[in-house]
Amino acid sequence: MMIEKHKCDKCEGTCCGLCCTKIEKFEVTIGKTKILHDVNIHIHCGELTAIIGPNGAGKSTLFKAILGEVKHGGELKYLDVKGVRSGNPLIGYVPQYLSFDLTTPTSVLDLFTASLTNIPTWLLRAKKIREKVSGCLSKVKAEHLIDRRLGALSGGELQRILLALALEPVPDILLLDEPVSGIDQNGLELFYNSVSELRENYDLSIILVSHDLELVSKYADRVVLLNGTVISSGTPKEVFNDEKTKKIFGMSWYTDNGNKGDNIKC
Amino acid sequence: MLNWWYNLIDFILPFEWSRHVFMKDALLAILLVMPVFGMLGTMVVSNRMAFFSDSLGHGAFTGIAIGAALGGIKPIWAATIFSIIFAIAITFFKNKSRASTDTVIGVFSSTAIALGLVIMSYGGQFKKFQSYLVGDLLSVSNSDILMLCIVFVLVILLWLIIFNKLLVVSINQSLAKSRGMNTLMIEVLFTISIAVVVTISIQWVGLLIINSMLVLPAAAARNVTVNVRRYHFISIVTALVSGVSGLIVSFYLNTVTGATIVLFSAVFFFITFSMRRRFI
Repeated sequence: MMIEKHKCDKCEGTCCGLCCTKIEKFEVTIGKTKILHDVNIHIHCGELTAIIGPNGAGKSTLFKAILGEVKHGGELKYLDVKGVRSGNPLIGYVPQYLSFDLTTPTSVLDLFTASLTNIPTWLLRAKKIREKVSGCLSKVKAEHLIDRRLGALSGGELQRILLALALEPVPDILLLDEPVSGIDQNGLELFYNSVSELRENYDLSIILVSHDLELVSKYADRVVLLNGTVISSGTPKEVFNDEKTKKIFGMSWYTDNGNKGDNIKC
Repeated sequence: MLNWWYNLIDFILPFEWSRHVFMKDALLAILLVMPVFGMLGTMVVSNRMAFFSDSLGHGAFTGIAIGAALGGIKPIWAATIFSIIFAIAITFFKNKSRASTDTVIGVFSSTAIALGLVIMSYGGQFKKFQSYLVGDLLSVSNSDILMLCIVFVLVILLWLIIFNKLLVVSINQSLAKSRGMNTLMIEVLFTISIAVVVTISIQWVGLLIINSMLVLPAAAARNVTVNVRRYHFISIVTALVSGVSGLIVSFYLNTVTGATIVLFSAVFFFITFSMRRRFI
């Protein structure tokens, strides 16, 4: 299956019956610093594309550019199943770390009501909405957190809540910034598991910025090594065997026979 | 126009303080303006905009000076227009500039106040404007009350429309943007509404304490609430109770009404502050 999809990459212009996203010639300059240049990435639906790279490689900037938070050159092209340009794709975003005031008097239900509806959160409380939100939360097994204050959630719980929020409505592209702190290894595996499930259940492209190379090699369909520009891309195997990758990460932990060394985080 | 109100108060509140017409006017003004402060305040506090709203007060002060200097129209209209422009300018600068928000606000705020003071003191007329520093709630006129009614309705309408988006923006800008919200637009609408409310209230409350009216009720409510609806409810109730108690007490003690109201809000803040552990 993997090889077939890889072949797909070669048919320019069309997406072989699948929807796809093309990042073409992305370029970001902040002040006088060129952070990204000539970034081309082709992403298919139903695939998990992991973006890896050393610190300062521009991973977060790439996300910000996709979200339209920073100005960028180049184009983001999204094509739906029929290959017709379908305008701006709907983007779901799970930030690496949601920085918010921990004392904010906002419950999970409030956040969902405010994000998903026009019913004034401060005035009304509709039972229908509660049921809907409960449904959203059940996708990530977090129904019990509905009345919890945002600041009282653990790192893993918050991440799941944000994932549930990003899935409503189901986006065309899901951007995940892997949490680096506040979640234990177990929570991280849980997170990856639910992301993997999503890929099978929904027709969406998932782009994941990751710092955990071992989990990437386990779950990602495609890997993009970014360091100012795309250094290497392909299947995890291809990228991790690339000399350039080894040079950047200085790693000997990944070998062809799947023998993995220590869990390297960068 | 307000006879029904005077009769109503004579009927339900037959006390010494409520016998006077200016007290009845002031009471009505408080019942209209305090809920607005309580409501807008929730998001001022949630967005950490206390310093920002303070600078809007300074902008309004300058606007009044400019309005008076221009002559012709009532200073309050010139002031309203000026503070709307000021609010938009500061919001844009805050979003576009790479300097820290604090610095941007500080620069705008001090420039505005300095400009205002220079214009006001030009020709040695500063005394005329001193009432804007402290304010006089008992000077509310019938036309002021009409204006307050309009603002009251407009702010509630605005709140019905933009509150949800504003809440998401207040939690996290990137999150709001990823959900397709026009964060700058929402922020500008919100700051304009604060600017308008602050500008028209400054003549009654005074520059020195107007910001506390916005910040204190919400800050008090925040200590003891876990969801948005209760946050609003407690903030509005705190604002109303402080407003009415402040008015009555200031009548008997012969003190400045605005400041007395703020002291009541401050007491509520410290009470809820001591209770906060039970809620968080």
